[in-house]
Amino acid sequence: MSNQGVDRSKRQFLTTALTVVGAVGTGYIAVPFLSQMQPSTKAKAAGAPVEIDISKMETGQLIRAAWRGKPVWVLNRTPAVLEILAKETDKLADPLSLESNQPKSSNNEFRSIKPEIFVAVGLCTHLGCSPTFRPEIAPNDLGEDWKGGFFCPCHGSGFDLAGRVFRGVPAPTNLDVPPHRYLSETRIIIGDESGADA
Amino acid sequence: MKKLLQICLLLLVPLGAFASAGIELEDADIDLTDRLSLENGAHLYVQYCLGCHSTKYIRYLNLADDFNVGQQEILKKVAPKGAGIYDKMLTAMNGHDAKKWFGTQPPDLSLIARSRGEDWLVSYLKGFYQDLSKKTGVNNTVFPDVAMPNPLWQLQGEQKALIKTIDGREVITGLTITEPGTMTAKQFDKAVNDIVAFLVYAGEPAQVQRRSMGKYVLLFILMFGVIAYLLKKEYWKDVH
Amino acid sequence: MKKSHLENCGNWFLDRFPLTKLWNDHMAQYYAPKNFNFWYFFGSLALLVLVNQLVTGILLTMNYKPDAGLAFDSVEYIMREVPWGWLVRYMHSTGASAFFLVVYLHMFRGLIYGSFKQPRELIWIFGMLLFVALMAEAFMGYLLPWGQMSYWGAQVIISLFSAIPVIGDDLSLWVRGDYVISDATLNRFFAFHVISIPLILIMLVFLHIVALHEVGSNNPDGIEIKASKDPWGHPVDGIPFHPYYTVKDIVGVSIFIFFFATVLFYMPEMGGYFLEHANFIPADPLATPEHIAPVWYFTPFYAILRAIPDKFAGVIAMGGAIVVLFLLPWLDRSPVKSIRYRGGIYKKAILMFVISFLGLGYLGMQAPTAGATIMARIFTAMYFGFFLLMPIYTRWEKTKPVPKQLTDQPTIEDRIPGWKATFCEMIKEVPVQKDGETVMRKRPDTSGIINVLIRTAKNIKASLD
Repeated sequence: MSNQGVDRSKRQFLTTALTVVGAVGTGYIAVPFLSQMQPSTKAKAAGAPVEIDISKMETGQLIRAAWRGKPVWVLNRTPAVLEILAKETDKLADPLSLESNQPKSSNNEFRSIKPEIFVAVGLCTHLGCSPTFRPEIAPNDLGEDWKGGFFCPCHGSGFDLAGRVFRGVPAPTNLDVPPHRYLSETRIIIGDESGADA
Repeated sequence: MKKLLQICLLLLVPLGAFASAGIELEDADIDLTDRLSLENGAHLYVQYCLGCHSTKYIRYLNLADDFNVGQQEILKKVAPKGAGIYDKMLTAMNGHDAKKWFGTQPPDLSLIARSRGEDWLVSYLKGFYQDLSKKTGVNNTVFPDVAMPNPLWQLQGEQKALIKTIDGREVITGLTITEPGTMTAKQFDKAVNDIVAFLVYAGEPAQVQRRSMGKYVLLFILMFGVIAYLLKKEYWKDVH
Repeated sequence: MKKSHLENCGNWFLDRFPLTKLWNDHMAQYYAPKNFNFWYFFGSLALLVLVNQLVTGILLTMNYKPDAGLAFDSVEYIMREVPWGWLVRYMHSTGASAFFLVVYLHMFRGLIYGSFKQPRELIWIFGMLLFVALMAEAFMGYLLPWGQMSYWGAQVIISLFSAIPVIGDDLSLWVRGDYVISDATLNRFFAFHVISIPLILIMLVFLHIVALHEVGSNNPDGIEIKASKDPWGHPVDGIPFHPYYTVKDIVGVSIFIFFFATVLFYMPEMGGYFLEHANFIPADPLATPEHIAPVWYFTPFYAILRAIPDKFAGVIAMGGAIVVLFLLPWLDRSPVKSIRYRGGIYKKAILMFVISFLGLGYLGMQAPTAGATIMARIFTAMYFGFFLLMPIYTRWEKTKPVPKQLTDQPTIEDRIPGWKATFCEMIKEVPVQKDGETVMRKRPDTSGIINVLIRTAKNIKASLD
């Protein structure tokens, strides 16, 4: 063993080079290892767009469907409800839905393509419970000011019938509106906005 | 040493014994990078095979992604009417009926190319010949007493076996067309090849990607190895 | 000078955990003989493959379903629908074969350099326990894909237990948890394969390495480097494991993963040896495949089993083939460790052993014909002869004088010019007509090839003396 005449800088350079290449290699192998935990084709197939038939819906009725395993609500709102929605905006946290998720086609005062038909993902934007549908006006448990809406039993967040969140509750944003469009007057497809592939 | 040689020679005996057994298989000519051949194979498969055989591990979406064609085109040209893009390639026939008609349930073909091999599949699809002693009226050179009738007879026509008697045993030496089908022999060879290409693809859809990325991985390891070797050499100057 | 926060944190940790000591004891100041050759790569490679199996195995369990109705589908689901699932699965399946390849070579190293001999008997015993645990791990893992080979392979091997007198039938029933291989068997094999045996493997690897670092590594000269020390108390012929053998092992690792990746990306089935064709058919309890054979790494032992015409005796022979390996340190009576200084008789015995092991491995894959069975019996006799006659022939052995210090042997790099010269000797420049012109082309040269062959044969003969 002799340590004389050792080219330290060459050793340092080669060590660094090997470390860098080794780290890149580890990175390359980490990508497939981590991405194998991403949703599989099967999960994506379960997230395929779903069609909802609204021809038999009555005014005021709410129907539920599953899309990507999440509840999706379709609500047929009465003219009276629309009137309240247009008027009662002072208690809302985000009345213009600036901070909230909705497709462009639903980015309007009623948060829907057609004013009366409201489509939303039925999960509270706070921690993901599904709020209950409370269309009645001023019920005992929710108080005088309740004009109909959705109430989350987990942590008490409230939303109006356009899914807009009230001020002073834990939920940060309005209910999400999923991408959707009308295949015909009575058929809605959820999860597909493009129209290219259906 | 002499004993050793004898043992080595004896060791080769079973090798030779196995090589002579079995029927000569045809050579499949599969090119999985030929998307048109694969798409045509899938199309023929849906027309002539899917009636009885599922390929339950393949979705129509896989075909669009892996053959690099639009989902609409797959739904229009390949998939049966009414199938969705996420649907698996399942047969419409139910198992109970199948058992009644064929005496056995037609197997799923997703992995047939991996268990049987492409050469066997080509030989099998081309190997049907008339045999009136069978219920289906046909027999097969590589799968004797097969339960399946020839699904491609309209394309291929009907074949008869050429039989020679060798050492008192009847041996099939070849097949000949007795009644031509809608395809010429060349067209039919291509059709069979395309179907088998599709089945080989279906056996392992990732194989094209696997092979194409292999060279980059090997190149990368080589680069790593060269640096490692230089570093080792540098350090080992200390030793000796 | 003020210490940084990071340094303080580091010291806080080091005051409470002997990291520096561990590093020095096992890496930076672990003195290994300086003459490790090619054969000494396989220990670290086995560790690498173990890590590969653990990581990919954990990833596979995320999507695999240990249920007779779902298992086969879930493997295909991994192969097709899980992002990169095919890569993870092939890494695991190729890794299984690579594990045995590496371990067999590692064991063979021990055989030729006497690494099992005093004072390293315990390392060998731990290693053999590792080998047995690895075989159990591989056997149970092979049932999980629930293909035809998985099913019938397990059926045959578990039926072996029933050969044991009195308790046999009850024992095999207990192992299966059913009257045939079934969902219950699959479920318990899954539990063993992913939890129990990996824990045992990791523990044994730990013991194997602790025992090794206590007595120190053997080497191709088979002499104890601790016998001659320099004034500082370090072995004269030793070098610190780190950095010298870490950098060297990284070279070995890159060569290994190059071959590993070649198999993985271009021939993951390895022509039916790593993934058997019949295993792409779901398990069918009503129909046995025409030809069943275990995966290649079990075939030597399987061939011994088949060579014996009696069921119980066959099982005993197969088990005995592994038990004799445990006894190796006490069967070998020679005072010399390395094959370099041992007598010709031991070299010839090892050659016979290698031939019988490879021969059995080959025969275990073939269908049992009358001729093959006779061959298998001869090889079985050779296999056991190597071990059981060892106490006798190693005593007659005329050993050569063992040097006091490690000898300098040519490394692979040193040998390359010689190989080049040999290659050139077998090739001759010949004038060839091409497009009407005469050009010189390299062609094989018969007389050169014959010369090389004769010389090689002479060399082999000389090296066996």
